Amino acid sequence: MKTENQRAWFFVLPVMLLVAFNALVPIMTVVNYSVQETFGNNVFFWQGLDWFEQILRSDRFHAALGRQFMFTFLILIIEVPLGIIIALSMPRKGFWVPVCLVTMALPMLIPWNVVGAMWNIFTLPDIGLLGYLMNHTLGIEYDMTQDPFAAWVTIITMDVWHWTSLVVLLSYAGLVSIPDAYYQAAKIDGASPWKVFRYIQLPKMKTVLTIAILLRFMDSFNIYTEPFVLTGGGPGNSTTLLSIDLVKIALGQFDLGPAAAMSLIYFAITLLVSWLFYTLMTKDDAK
Amino acid sequence: MAKITLSKLRHSYMPNPSSDADYALKEIDLDWTDGGAYALLGPSGCGKSTLLNIISGLLVPSEGRILFDDKDVTDLPPDQRNIAQVFQFPVIYDTMTVRDNLAFPLRNRNVPEDKVAARVAEIAEMLEVTDMLDTRASHLSPDNKQKISMGRGLVRDDVNVVMFDEPLTVIDPHLKWKLRSKLKELHQRVKATMIYVTHDQTEALTFADQVVVMQAGEIVQIGTPVELFERPQHTFVGHFIGSPGMNILPAVEDGGRVLFEGSTVTLEGPATGAGGKTEVGIRPEFVGISDTGIPARVTKVSDIGRHAVVETMVGDTAVKAVTDHANLTQGEEIHLSFRPDQTRLYRDGWIATEAAT
Repeated sequence: MKTENQRAWFFVLPVMLLVAFNALVPIMTVVNYSVQETFGNNVFFWQGLDWFEQILRSDRFHAALGRQFMFTFLILIIEVPLGIIIALSMPRKGFWVPVCLVTMALPMLIPWNVVGAMWNIFTLPDIGLLGYLMNHTLGIEYDMTQDPFAAWVTIITMDVWHWTSLVVLLSYAGLVSIPDAYYQAAKIDGASPWKVFRYIQLPKMKTVLTIAILLRFMDSFNIYTEPFVLTGGGPGNSTTLLSIDLVKIALGQFDLGPAAAMSLIYFAITLLVSWLFYTLMTKDDAK
Repeated sequence: MAKITLSKLRHSYMPNPSSDADYALKEIDLDWTDGGAYALLGPSGCGKSTLLNIISGLLVPSEGRILFDDKDVTDLPPDQRNIAQVFQFPVIYDTMTVRDNLAFPLRNRNVPEDKVAARVAEIAEMLEVTDMLDTRASHLSPDNKQKISMGRGLVRDDVNVVMFDEPLTVIDPHLKWKLRSKLKELHQRVKATMIYVTHDQTEALTFADQVVVMQAGEIVQIGTPVELFERPQHTFVGHFIGSPGMNILPAVEDGGRVLFEGSTVTLEGPATGAGGKTEVGIRPEFVGISDTGIPARVTKVSDIGRHAVVETMVGDTAVKAVTDHANLTQGEEIHLSFRPDQTRLYRDGWIATEAAT
């Protein structure tokens, strides 16, 4: 006979409380806002799914979502290959390993708003190092407060500078875990450097790369501080990414209902893409 | 297929070796005949893997030359030496199928596809992995993975030598035996020179026709398993091979006689040389228990099935004997007799008796 009792629930309770206050309560608050209208004074009117419909039909939302996907896509196709290349060219042992690792980790240690401010000053046309160099030394017109293209180049470059290290460090961890025997066997089998990469290094890096891409996707898809400090979403709306737009609606216009509906849609998209990506990447392992 | 000659080979992992101790390999001169099955036996750190990596070309020796059929290959990279190597941990290409794994070395050398298919089928049949050809290699069990890495070595029909670097380390004990006999069978079928590195005497003795015993970067003896067992050239070989190993007992030379703990010991033949540290070596299998002889006290009796290992003390020296009678008890006073034709004298570790004829 198995003794059955409900005591186990007490052990789970602390975690459940933690999760509740961490995630459930805030999300349900947002859900609550998303189906109501308020004019302040804590008075709410039932609105049903109107806000969701309004957001999904809004051109403004479509434009911001498009910019968001473009941003994430661009930084991923730059940061992932670049990170792998840097990881491959880093030394595997000796004096330079810690030097490289620390140098690589430095950008990630800088607070996000500081990164935005740094790049803002760096690119000022008359006093910023990069801005001055481009405009006055090289004679290339470069002002990201005026030119949307320059603004895009700057936020992408900034993100690449800030976060490629993450891909580098994770790939490097994957690379150093490959036993020497694999490389020796490949040498004996007459494999070219490309084949070594394709059949040994890449498969062994797959797990860490999946994690790296997922992290970079989620982070870049939800990015707010750096572009906000750097461009404020401008010039015009050209760098207004989803999160910046969301804050404009929620805090700028104080439209809590639509902002809440937009948050939930935003969250659902992030979740869906992450799930799709993870499922696709790990599909082969189950076979 | 080729004869392999190692000539005055020395290797050090240090940039400027000064003394003998700096060398991982000290002066190796060796010929491996074509088609032989060799084992390289020695404890961990004796230099056997270094030697193997030098033959395969993964390491360039500090001094000396390597010849394959009198052709100097010392400076050739591994892929141009036509060798195959199987590592301690199975190396397989995870994302490929078993078939692609086996074909990999051939495709890298631009062998025509129809010939690749034929070779792969032949090797797969030999290794009994035909039914797994289309599964992904990462799903195989360790012993099958190791078979595949062997297969990648054997698939090229022009290999000079196949080298095994402790290939059974990660294999379950009951499969070790199977894989070992498979190896032996493969050797008879493909007739390639095979070198098998191990620290396990059973593996070495069952696989090889000739066993090379190494210690601290030196070759101490080359011989057939029987030779190594019966007449170790060095106390290290005596001790390392056999279970339990040879009894190595401190002895004193007194005129023409050799004394062990005060008792005269009869040797297989006249002693050679003079001076140095002298020891008597006799295998436990040839130590008998009798009514007269060297007085000893039994300290432990372990019954290991068909016979018993009797541990005794003669004075302050432990002597082991393997006997059929287990009816001895701890503390019992007995006498030991050494079979003269199996009793050898060692001077500074090296054998110093003439063989009985």
